[in-house]
Amino acid sequence: MIYCSNHDPPAPLFFLYSSQRNPATDLEQPKSNLIAMAMAIKLSLLLLFFLSSLIPTFSLFEDQVGFMDWHQRYIGKVKHAVFHTQKAGRKRVVVSTEENVIASLDLRRGEIFWRHVLGSNDVVDKIDIALGKYVITLSSEGSILRAWNLPDGQMVWESFLSGSKSSKALLTVPANLKVDLDSPIFVYGGACLYAISSIDGEILWKKDFTAEGIDVHQLLLPDGSDVVHAVGVTDLSQFDTYEINVRNGGLLKHASASFPGGISGEILPISSDKFVALDARSSILVLISMKEGQIDLQQTHVSDLIHGSSGNTVILPSKLSGIFSISTDTFIAFIKVTNEGKLDVMQKVDKMVVVSDALSLSEGEQAFALVQHGDSKIHLSVRLVHDMSSNHLKETVKMDHERGYVHKIFINNYVRTDRSHGFRALIVMEDHSLLLLQQGEIVWSRDDGLASVIAVTTSELPVEKLGVSVSKVERSLFEWLKGHMLKLKGTLMLATPDEVAAIQKIRLQSSEKSKMTRDHNGFRRLLIVLTRAGKLFALHTGDGRVVWSSLLQSLRKSDQCTDPTGLKLHQWQIPHHHALDNNPSVLVVGRCGLSLSASSAMSIVDAYTGKELHNMGPAHSTVQVISLPFSDSTEQQLHLLIDADKRAHLYPRTPEAAEIFQRESENVYWYSVEAEAGILRGYGVKSSCNLGVPNEYCFETRNLWSIVFPSESERIIATVTRKANEVVHTQAKVIADEDVMYKYVSKNILFVATVSPKASGPIGSATPDESLLVVHLVDTVTGRILHRMSHSGSQGPVHAVLSENWVVYHYFNLRAHKYEISVIEIYDQSRAENKDVLKLIVGKHNLTAPVSSYSRPEVTTRSQSYFFTHSVKAISVTSTAKGITSKHLLIGTIGDKVLALDKRFVDPRRSLNPTQAEKEEGLLPLTDALPIIPQSYITHAFKVEGLRGIETVPAKLESTTLVFAYGVDLFFTRLAPSRTYDSLTEDFNYALLLLTIVALVVAIFVTWVLSERKDLQDKWR
Amino acid sequence: MFPLYQSPILHQSLPILFEAKGFISAPFIDPTSKSELQAASILLRILMEKGKGVMGSRKWAVDFTDNSSTPSSRDIPDPPGFTRASHDQDDATLSRQKKDAEANWKSQKAWEVAQAPFKNLLMMGFMMWMAGSTVHLFSIGITFSALWQPLSALQGVGKVFEPYKDSKVDLNAPKLLYIALNLGGMLLGVWKLNTLGLLPTHASDWVSSLPPAHEVEYSGGGIALK
Repeated sequence: MIYCSNHDPPAPLFFLYSSQRNPATDLEQPKSNLIAMAMAIKLSLLLLFFLSSLIPTFSLFEDQVGFMDWHQRYIGKVKHAVFHTQKAGRKRVVVSTEENVIASLDLRRGEIFWRHVLGSNDVVDKIDIALGKYVITLSSEGSILRAWNLPDGQMVWESFLSGSKSSKALLTVPANLKVDLDSPIFVYGGACLYAISSIDGEILWKKDFTAEGIDVHQLLLPDGSDVVHAVGVTDLSQFDTYEINVRNGGLLKHASASFPGGISGEILPISSDKFVALDARSSILVLISMKEGQIDLQQTHVSDLIHGSSGNTVILPSKLSGIFSISTDTFIAFIKVTNEGKLDVMQKVDKMVVVSDALSLSEGEQAFALVQHGDSKIHLSVRLVHDMSSNHLKETVKMDHERGYVHKIFINNYVRTDRSHGFRALIVMEDHSLLLLQQGEIVWSRDDGLASVIAVTTSELPVEKLGVSVSKVERSLFEWLKGHMLKLKGTLMLATPDEVAAIQKIRLQSSEKSKMTRDHNGFRRLLIVLTRAGKLFALHTGDGRVVWSSLLQSLRKSDQCTDPTGLKLHQWQIPHHHALDNNPSVLVVGRCGLSLSASSAMSIVDAYTGKELHNMGPAHSTVQVISLPFSDSTEQQLHLLIDADKRAHLYPRTPEAAEIFQRESENVYWYSVEAEAGILRGYGVKSSCNLGVPNEYCFETRNLWSIVFPSESERIIATVTRKANEVVHTQAKVIADEDVMYKYVSKNILFVATVSPKASGPIGSATPDESLLVVHLVDTVTGRILHRMSHSGSQGPVHAVLSENWVVYHYFNLRAHKYEISVIEIYDQSRAENKDVLKLIVGKHNLTAPVSSYSRPEVTTRSQSYFFTHSVKAISVTSTAKGITSKHLLIGTIGDKVLALDKRFVDPRRSLNPTQAEKEEGLLPLTDALPIIPQSYITHAFKVEGLRGIETVPAKLESTTLVFAYGVDLFFTRLAPSRTYDSLTEDFNYALLLLTIVALVVAIFVTWVLSERKDLQDKWR
Repeated sequence: MFPLYQSPILHQSLPILFEAKGFISAPFIDPTSKSELQAASILLRILMEKGKGVMGSRKWAVDFTDNSSTPSSRDIPDPPGFTRASHDQDDATLSRQKKDAEANWKSQKAWEVAQAPFKNLLMMGFMMWMAGSTVHLFSIGITFSALWQPLSALQGVGKVFEPYKDSKVDLNAPKLLYIALNLGGMLLGVWKLNTLGLLPTHASDWVSSLPPAHEVEYSGGGIALK
């Protein structure tokens, strides 16, 4: 049975069979002897001819799933959580996250029951549970309301609420309100108030507030009444309350009171008729009380209330009845509102305390939780609203300091056997992880920071040390034999179902793949990922487990660094030759503010342990990080960080690095793409900085060239370069009839796609005549445009990948109403004359001489376009250690799957009727559309929800490449684009081989003895 | 069929034959001499225009001659008019003639051997034509045998021509022909190899693994990081 998305067994089976049992063909093995090599190539070409009808795919058998791939599901940083803990049924918590995921989690183990990723353009605003069986989500600024079935996550209904203007999105699900056998849900969005039936999502009535100009902050529904209170602000200076009949949406009452001081932030409800807000200067607290349709405002100076408080006062959004909390620079104060409208400060706590919403307990009491961060511990205390002085419950939980501070807390209660209240708290940490605390312990935790990976790099594992104990070897040898005997049984179809299960278990949990040492094939590595939370994770490629994680100090919020964001992750030290004793390390570059000129923060992190080796605090700004192809004697990679003033800063800051850079500086260039202005600029390094203080690691740069795209006709929408570490095996491309073309292989090519400004919107916003897509290939050293091509009637979004001498890009053709993929291959015309065999034999050619972009080599290009069915989220290409293996495009489709497409399909030399020689070469006949073979989905049955990027890393084995796709989910697999021609497959049955050999030896011996005996008898006759 | 020269008919009819041809200048023939017998058999073949003389082991023989020069050993006196001295003199010319014939035969034979590869060549050509121009087991086998046969033949040039070594026979010319024909065969094999595309005679065979040239300049950058 085949495990693929297309359940069409007979044809794929044949396909699998034939493609699996054929050797790799479309590649050449390096050989010392040129003639032998030539022959090998010819032979391989020939074999290719035999196989040209077979396109290799990556389909696998059902039992191979999880063998070399893993898939992890995440949800992201939790924004809202609603508990559903009825006595019957499974206890669960429904959450919505910043990755716009809604998920139902198992409260016992933290597993995902179901999950829906709404995507980045459908931001979840509010969630709630209605009727005890539907999860209600409000998203896209209050314009889409959906109900999901709580047990299984199926969507029950969906309502589109078309508001007239954007506004806050509010959702109120009354607990026990019945209107004509229906329980309406009240939604405010797009400046309209809607009552929506919770049974089928019908809009019962709609009240438009556009004319009133009110910005509604709260929707309230006092218990037992059938009036909705909409409380809002008009023109930032007038409080308005509207009372609306829940049955028909009729306006019952309107009251307003003006407040000249203006308000800032939100209006927070204290009780059903009291609200609190801050004035525009954050110095006066305004208490709004509604009495018999009148609004009464009471003003209190914050400084009167809290002595010695300085600015930055904010009302915390925690909804505690009768109480509210404000946070100042130094502390958080809880303020009680008395019935008479007096404000009393009840308690002050540390600023780092996080407060939950109030939770109603059974006896009408209300409780809320506070979390305080201690030294590698967190203190959770639950207090009753009416009795703030003492802790109802106090627990101390040990917390890994790599999780940082607590960011959010949601509490839920349960009744213990002794009828007292127990509490469970769901906390969201600084690293976006989610934990459930109960009875002073962490019940479960989820590393949901991994849902927001922003940068990926890899690191080798340590070399295996000698001294493995003998007993272990013996045991493992026995296990090994046993495993193989089991496998043999499986092969011969003698295994019982239990044994089949055991075989599968052995295969999946092979200790070999999750070892913490370097392997011969280079399959085992550490994937180092930087998440949006500023946390670095090292994942093992074997099983995807987190080897270490580290919350980077440089990327944590501090006084110097108020808004830290991670930007880039680079390999800093890659020891292979000289500095083998050192551990490899990575460089993390971040920024402390939101603007480009904000100072940067850098860390160098040990890739084996996750320790921060160096932490370079706020320094110059960073807009670009360039990893130079030079390294110093300790194998530290030289890096240039370009600041907002176009100065280049050299790292590492050692005299040796400076010396190396000085030597090479005249050949180091950099370029900037100013997408908004539509300008490309190229720079060269000029001299040391003149900043008053002599600094030998800082360099002024000078502008060498600029390409200005006319803003009225072209707007930059995509740029792509080659991957810096890509290895190209050869500069020649052998085509049919033994002809040769020389590739223009340069690392300094930039692909730039521009569209006409009218067509820069979404698809459909421009007519075909208005839209024009222009692609350019630019040499970034000289600014020379190598090639320019326009696609009329086409528009973005453009996704592209540049590798070797070709670029493949995906765009939308408005005329054909289809997506297209185009390929451009670029060839060096100046080398094309090198075709004299004799000269090549004696080495009289300039093919290996260093080339300069200033020599302006003449280039030719070929291109071709094809229709492609899917829209695309990301494109990448496989990369192998030596670049010999043929390449596959990895296309992240809109369905969050990764499709592997053979590069042979996007070859501009394809023609309708290829000649015999071209067929032998493996050129496919031209088709108008690229085929999507269901078996070529490398993610097979999985989806990488919210797919954002696909990284490929070469393994040491030339045939194999490691693929890591990330989004909300993570997916890793191993690919062999030309099949594993250089190794036996892992399921190779050594036991069977051994058995065969033994059987053969025995047979030889037996026949020998028999023949001897016969000979003797013959002689006696 | 037994070799022709062993047949009793031949032995009985030899003198007659020789007589009939007016070939014999010598008064008697020594039938035991292999070369003479062979020469005779060649003659016979010429006469009969068929048959072939191949050396083989002899099962029986009758000695018709008596080479002893002393009359005492004979019981029959020499016939009248026969002088032993003249016979001796004739003997010398006979042996010279015999040698000439042998040399003649050897050189003829050597030429024959030298021309033998030609037939091979034609055969090979036919086989190659049959094999076609795509690489598969059959065509590869044919090609390699076409290459190997001339090679091994060339190695054994001396051995092939050894039986015909003679001071009087010039073996150089046949040897050269032999070598030339074999080389031709080898060329045919190489040509076949080339048509199969297995010879590095194209530029592509020499540059297909040439690494890309080193670039002098290095450039990096892109859109400002966000």
